[in-house]
Amino acid sequence: MTFALVDCESFYASCERIFRPDLRHKPIVVLSNNDGCIIARSTEAKAMGIPMGVPWFKVKDTYLKAGGVVFSSNYVFYGDISSRVMTILKGLVPELECYSIDEAFLGFSQLPTHCNLYDFGCHIRCTIGQWVGVPVRIGIAPTKTLTKVALYQIKKQHIASNVLQLKSDALEAALVNTPVGEVWGIGRRMKYHLNHMGIESAHDLAISNEKVMRNRFGVLLERTIRELNGQSCVGLDRSLREKKQIIVSRSLRRGMSNIEDIKVPLSNFVARASEKLRLERQQCKRITVFIRTNPFSKGAQGSFDMSESLSVSTNDTRQFIRIADSLLKKIFRPGYRYTKVGVMMDALCKESLRQGDLFEGTDNMQHELMCSLDAMNKQGANIFFGSQQGTFHYPRSQMQVSPRYTTSWHELPVVS
Amino acid sequence: MPFYLGPAYLGFPSPASDYLEGPINLNEHLISNPAATFLLRAKGDSMVGACIADGAVLIVDRSIQVVHNDIVVAAIDGDIVCKRIKFKPSPCLISEHADYPPIIIVGDEGIDIIGKVTAVINQFV
Repeated sequence: MTFALVDCESFYASCERIFRPDLRHKPIVVLSNNDGCIIARSTEAKAMGIPMGVPWFKVKDTYLKAGGVVFSSNYVFYGDISSRVMTILKGLVPELECYSIDEAFLGFSQLPTHCNLYDFGCHIRCTIGQWVGVPVRIGIAPTKTLTKVALYQIKKQHIASNVLQLKSDALEAALVNTPVGEVWGIGRRMKYHLNHMGIESAHDLAISNEKVMRNRFGVLLERTIRELNGQSCVGLDRSLREKKQIIVSRSLRRGMSNIEDIKVPLSNFVARASEKLRLERQQCKRITVFIRTNPFSKGAQGSFDMSESLSVSTNDTRQFIRIADSLLKKIFRPGYRYTKVGVMMDALCKESLRQGDLFEGTDNMQHELMCSLDAMNKQGANIFFGSQQGTFHYPRSQMQVSPRYTTSWHELPVVS
Repeated sequence: MPFYLGPAYLGFPSPASDYLEGPINLNEHLISNPAATFLLRAKGDSMVGACIADGAVLIVDRSIQVVHNDIVVAAIDGDIVCKRIKFKPSPCLISEHADYPPIIIVGDEGIDIIGKVTAVINQFV
């Protein structure tokens, strides 16, 4: 078995460069929704020492003064570029798992055996670079976990071709040079425990006793150990991954201290979350409402949330708005200036597998009602619930968003 | 006894029903590799000689190998331009308008061919 992991280099920043050749060697950072934190950095921005996830206001002045360029996140554009990359990969290698917006696993089992995998990796990289304009790195190895190690080595050793095939003779050295915390599936807490046992590198983990480790940490870690030793345990997941939870939340620029004011954005987030749920043909059994103050402000600090479980799963916006409203009343405390409001839906299940309740009233119309609502809103109608006071056009403060180059007639890139 | 709820056509069946082909699809006609094709908007009159009017939409396929005399979109000095490319006698980018001098390409520095213009949409309304 051979796998490859294709990873787009600083994906969001690379997208921003496609139609901006003037930004080629400039530092670029991309901000989260509402321009809160830095969520992507070009190599040049990394070299300036800009950390990942840092609040924008903390580095803004020094970064801009040093000539850095900033963008608000443009997910419409990044999503289009991502789907182009995935389409091209699929054309080259039919066995594909889209792992995230900027990563995909490939399975090489159908390639002819005489095929030089390193050369093939270079061909993939070159094709995506020419056809879309986004640079990718490719790690090739016998297991998915080892492809991640290969990618780590490309980044760490600055391998110029950006393609690395981990062959058996180079495997041990690569594992020795990979900290255990960088191994796929090893989180911060696991790393802490492993470090305490003297396991520092991926190599230390690979030569540890599988059975002992399984008894102590579970079967997932055993699987990781086997994968590090070249035994493939995790195949390609080609099914569309189903979401486990849906969260819709935003920062409120000005902050709100009145419960009636908060109800409006909350209803909007609930409506949006319900719509997403229906789009995925799912229902949920638990809804959580949360509100919090700005941790960087000087005023009183508070963060409150509460969940409610439903007896029967649903995706009916009306029911969710009622519940969210009552949850908000329970958690709301006066005297705080809330800057973040959101709703989370979890305990999701498929619409088709829904378990009814013996005593529930049958509401056959609710499904049709919600379907019609979504269909009409999709066609540009403006149908909303009273508490939303308008449809979801919640003012987002995005100062630096780039054009939707590839999806809007009015925002096409201009050539002279 | 089965009960069919579908409609039953009582008149003469359409003689064309075996020959339905669907409407003409412009995407299909103009774009052979959608993943590698981008639309760009032309600004200015430097390419009017090649029927590229101000405001025209350029269809650019990045997957096609560019050859001598192709109309291309290229990045030069931080700008994106649409020009005709010549590789001989020496590489340069040419406008299709007498007022614009050719741009001589010196070495590989500063020019990056983005893709070949495969079609132009000039709209009159």
